[in-house]
Amino acid sequence: MIAWHSKLRRIRALVWKETHQVVRDPSSVAIGVVLPLILILLFGYGLSLDVSNVPIAVVIEEPSPEAMELVAGFQLSPYFHPRLMRTMRQAQQLLLEHSVDGIVRIGPDFSRHVSAGDAELQLIVHGGDANRARIIQGYVRGAVGAWSARQAVQGGAAATVPVSLQTRLWFNEADNSSYFLVPGLVVLVMTLIGGLLTTMVMAREWERGTMEALLVTPVRSGEILLGKTLPYFLLALVGFALCVLSATYLFHVPLRGALWVLLGASMLYVLVALGIGLLISSWVKNQLVASQLTMLVTFMPAFMLSGFLFDLRSTPLVVQLITYALPARYYVALLQTVFLAGNVWSVIVPNTLALAAMAGALALGSRAAMRKSLE
Amino acid sequence: MIRLLDSLLRIVALTRKELLAVLKDKRSRMSLLIPPVVQAMIFGYAATYDLNHVTYAVLDQDHSAASRQLLAGLDGSGVFERVADLQRPADIASYIDARRALLVLQVNQNFERQLLAGTGANVQLIADGRNSNTAGTAIGYVTSIVEQFNSDWGGEHGWTAAPIKVVDRAWYNPNLETRWFMIPGMIGTLTLIQTMMLTAMSVAREREQGTFDQLLVTPFRPFEIMAGKALPSILVGTIQASGVLLVAQLWFRIPFAGSYLTLYAGLMMFLLAAVGIGLLVSAVAATMQQAMLYSMLLIMPFSLLSGLTTPLSSMPRWLQYLTAINPLRYAIDITRRVYLEGAGLFLLLSDLWPLAVLAALTLWGASWMFSHRMQ
Repeated sequence: MIAWHSKLRRIRALVWKETHQVVRDPSSVAIGVVLPLILILLFGYGLSLDVSNVPIAVVIEEPSPEAMELVAGFQLSPYFHPRLMRTMRQAQQLLLEHSVDGIVRIGPDFSRHVSAGDAELQLIVHGGDANRARIIQGYVRGAVGAWSARQAVQGGAAATVPVSLQTRLWFNEADNSSYFLVPGLVVLVMTLIGGLLTTMVMAREWERGTMEALLVTPVRSGEILLGKTLPYFLLALVGFALCVLSATYLFHVPLRGALWVLLGASMLYVLVALGIGLLISSWVKNQLVASQLTMLVTFMPAFMLSGFLFDLRSTPLVVQLITYALPARYYVALLQTVFLAGNVWSVIVPNTLALAAMAGALALGSRAAMRKSLE
Repeated sequence: MIRLLDSLLRIVALTRKELLAVLKDKRSRMSLLIPPVVQAMIFGYAATYDLNHVTYAVLDQDHSAASRQLLAGLDGSGVFERVADLQRPADIASYIDARRALLVLQVNQNFERQLLAGTGANVQLIADGRNSNTAGTAIGYVTSIVEQFNSDWGGEHGWTAAPIKVVDRAWYNPNLETRWFMIPGMIGTLTLIQTMMLTAMSVAREREQGTFDQLLVTPFRPFEIMAGKALPSILVGTIQASGVLLVAQLWFRIPFAGSYLTLYAGLMMFLLAAVGIGLLVSAVAATMQQAMLYSMLLIMPFSLLSGLTTPLSSMPRWLQYLTAINPLRYAIDITRRVYLEGAGLFLLLSDLWPLAVLAALTLWGASWMFSHRMQ
């Protein structure tokens, strides 16, 4: 009973000491509060996959009423910013200079072919950015399809094609890419600040030799870890709150799930991120190496391998297996679902359990790493 | 003349000393050479917007020959995997919500009758918009399969073909593979992190350990010290970039269309600018910790807002202007255009001169600050 009482007192003293250190050290407040805000603003505005106002060259080799009507369709569309020209050479030069992203070529005899029903429209896209190129191809097909439908209606036909596809994009009806990018950004930001906060702190304590001073006191290693984690945990949650507020109020991402689910999952993830930092720093004990390692093992994988930007379904099996070891993967699935789809328990429960298991393993791991370094 | 030679000799000596400091230790040698190559391999597989595996479910309420023909088009494409045949519309939500299917295709009861009557039929496609980019790509695939069905069925049953056929081609990346775009872009990205950090740290470390003062009492002039600090980082950066280039060509077999001379000229300019920024950071920072924090604060926005993963043209105008100080933005453009399009130096002028200005300004700023601090 007394042992338990004094344990609590020691932890309280440590938390108190650590909180003082946090408050008095502007760099940790900067990492915990200012950094997430700057990052979410910069990236929230900066990252977008939406394509509009695509500059395209429209080559009309022989003007005709039909051709001009088709061009008008491009000119009126918000997706295109067409530049008309007469020769292919001109257009190719513009494509090479990256002044246009694609070329639409309306060949000679276009009107005659249209009435014969065998007209061809040549579309050349700059394939460099494959994703953008595919979107542009889709837009051009859409514009041409709309033109065909208008022609058919004018000709008095009931239907132009046998089957027309009606698509609905659930959870993101307006097809706004920030809906899925912003929740992913929250993951990225939390990964980074969670890792950085603890990496810098623990490694600094080792480097300055103050860790040894702590270790000769009656405080146990588990208690040190707890005392270190708690203040930074709270600081990271402040950063998280700022991220969520900007996501909903600035970028208008809907929060369709329950707030407590979001908070619960995020607290788990912050623990995991802090834990990775703790493990790295008690293992390396050098601020420089520790922070580089944190950057390499947390930030870059969270950026590239978490499903935040690139869908994991198409990666080869080996890479998919690697992603299962990344906590960011589970958190991305959780946030995208809780923000956009709501409380889907079949997604929430397994991913939360995975995060909880990782948090537990990291806690045990960093305690073991710390014990070992005592010898 | 002799003074110039002396100066050169001093720079070489300092460069040698710096390289020894970085490369003498096996662990630090490995930490500079291995990560870019490993990252290029893993991210090369993971960083793709292409889809080669799409799970979908079907709600076929018609069960006719026509609907089976349409679905056979999907199943035979090699991309779509049918995970379920749904019985009731209520089942759609459970498959989409739980991410068991990316798409659900719903064929209504009168599908075949409407087709035969010549009125045209609608087919509903529901997509999981939690990653709206992936969903958009998958919808594009279904659209082209439906188009194929339309021309097959329409031809057999006497429909008039669509008046215009869009014939599309993609230049510089005929199969629209994201990898062709991403990996050349990584040549600059993966080298930036460590090149900049190495430079920023090298001066900060000497200052913290007090050896910088020793350096100052030697006959070295500030300019020579700076050159001695810059050259090793440029050398390391060149080696890292070559490693990524080798992965692109030997592992991923992406054809190289340009000239190596142009590529390396562009890379040199980029590395000069990156090292200049690193030196400026180390001139401003008082401690290693600050140097590290500042360089991380720059590296993250540099790598995310560079056009590597999301296009610059989708950013708001004010951010596009802000990216003018991002050396990586120009480097990615240069490496991609040389690699895929075989662009020559003249076409790259718009990227080269901003890099030159950046390099000149940062190097001048850093040397001014060094000489200023010395007095």
